[in-house]
Amino acid sequence: MANDDSEFIPDDDSIGFVETQQVTLFEAPNELCLESGVRFGPIDVAYETYGTLSPEKDNAIFVCHALTGDAHVAGWHDGETKKPGWWNDFVGPGKGLDTNKYFVICANVLSGCTGTTGPSSIDPKTGKQYGLHFPFITVGDIVKVHSALVEHLGIKKLLAVIGGSLGGMQALDWAARFPDQMAAVVCLAAAAKLSAQGIAFNVVGRRAIFTDPNFNGGEYYDEPEGPRFGLALARMVAHITYLSDVSIEDKFGRRLQNSSHFEYNLDQETEFQVGSYLHYQGKRFVERFDANSYLCLTHAMDYFDLAEEHGSIRAALEKSNANFLLASYTSDWLFTTAQSLELVSELVKGKRNVSFVELTSSKGHDAFLLEIEPLEQLVRPLLERTRLEMAAQRQQKAAGSSGDKHDG
Amino acid sequence: MGKKRYCMPDPQAAITDELLMQHIDRDSRVIDLGCGDGRLLEKLRDDHGCSVQGVEVDLSEIHTCIGRGVPAIFMDLDQGLSTVPDDAFDIAVLSQTLQQVRHPAAVLSEMLRISRRALVVVPNFAHWRIRQQVVVSGRTPVTQSLPYSWYNTPNLHFMSMADFRELAGRLNVRIVHEIPIIAGRSRRRAWLPNVRAESLFYILERGDSDDSSASA
Repeated sequence: MANDDSEFIPDDDSIGFVETQQVTLFEAPNELCLESGVRFGPIDVAYETYGTLSPEKDNAIFVCHALTGDAHVAGWHDGETKKPGWWNDFVGPGKGLDTNKYFVICANVLSGCTGTTGPSSIDPKTGKQYGLHFPFITVGDIVKVHSALVEHLGIKKLLAVIGGSLGGMQALDWAARFPDQMAAVVCLAAAAKLSAQGIAFNVVGRRAIFTDPNFNGGEYYDEPEGPRFGLALARMVAHITYLSDVSIEDKFGRRLQNSSHFEYNLDQETEFQVGSYLHYQGKRFVERFDANSYLCLTHAMDYFDLAEEHGSIRAALEKSNANFLLASYTSDWLFTTAQSLELVSELVKGKRNVSFVELTSSKGHDAFLLEIEPLEQLVRPLLERTRLEMAAQRQQKAAGSSGDKHDG
Repeated sequence: MGKKRYCMPDPQAAITDELLMQHIDRDSRVIDLGCGDGRLLEKLRDDHGCSVQGVEVDLSEIHTCIGRGVPAIFMDLDQGLSTVPDDAFDIAVLSQTLQQVRHPAAVLSEMLRISRRALVVVPNFAHWRIRQQVVVSGRTPVTQSLPYSWYNTPNLHFMSMADFRELAGRLNVRIVHEIPIIAGRSRRRAWLPNVRAESLFYILERGDSDDSSASA
């Protein structure tokens, strides 16, 4: 670069510089009652907002992030020059979630490690990090915190809740738990429960962390080094599940990293490009993620089962009058189309308003983060239509209540 | 372009939405298989208070449906309707599509699995002008709006009134009404319908013991 000293200026199609905000909820005596039965609080919540809340407060969209995401969906943090927020292509001025029209909120999940209370936070009772003394968290607990944040922001009804993967599970749980808090639910590459195969991969990831000699029962915060290798290995395995056979083939094939021929050397751990790539992903992940948070969140994902909790998927969602939009991706083998169709079937049975598409993509589970255009084409008309419906309902209500007065 | 060939009615225009709407009760739960841009379902919802669901295989049509607030599910009728639960609907609509699916008998059976009643519109390939065309010029029938030839037509099956009755019998489907469409209008008591109708409008129900058990 010619001018290293000059200040970094974000590309102008993003929302520009943003900051993470912080609020403390569930302070004594109003602690959160967790699904495990434990009362827990206070809870710090890290969140970001983009765009402006309308006077009618009818344009708020809550984005639920996936397993290892954070509140930083779009734009750039001060000092951040390499990568913007994780869904920057989808959230911003004129984009799918158009910040010129909508007020977008995203919060780091409970038990995460980027600002919301989690195992790496200080336990006010001991003055030390929680570590594995952190309570067991479920998707429902995460959603209760999100819901409280929305109330704290003075928003009665969200225009939409949108999320992919674990974020999609949150969106579904939210609709089941607080059916009146949103007018639309967008659930991408998700399901009513994680498959046994998905649980199996999480088991391997947790095993990698637990068996790392530096894990130390989760008490590694004061050590020079935590379970870096275990966490990296967990990520490498998980990362494979986010890709597809075709996407790996397209990206790397059988190409070698540094040579055009085999070395026939057993010392050399990675010769293939795909190996270097996975190692790199593991290494980068360790720099930004906490192993104990990873344990908490994979457990939350494993436990999630909408039907189990509510009797059936239909029973879970039939209290919601939201417009449901579900999407699956052809090459996603972690959350398959069949799993989305199970949800569709139950929603149809429950006479809910449900649209579903299977989008063609070779990008595997990650497609919901990468295939932005087809997503925009679906979400745009949904948001516009839903906002009109909200306005019509407001009018009806206003007319109804003034009518009541006349009658009285 | 020399001689005029007789053209099959345009799938969209052949039967008006109004005719379908006349046979759909208020507040019904309706599924439209191949709902296109969702126009019919929007009308049914707004004017008849129906609870509606579309099924469509074209993504851009689904976008339009969503914009209208008509819920639409991406589904290929040739892959079956297994996602749709039994008896989830009062009425299933299939307009000018049966001749285009790979397995018409399976689709008909599925319609009466998911709904109490099926409204089906099919072209009548026994129309006298088609007969004439086949006999006189020796050419296969084509449709009005698009210059389909036998090798690129979406119409995979050629059926007539007589054929449809036979299939209904085999599937134990009860024909509640059979309405010939002649010159774009429904003619309940038409003379020589299997020769004069360009399309046929059927109202179908399950044929077997369903009714007797209900009345017992």
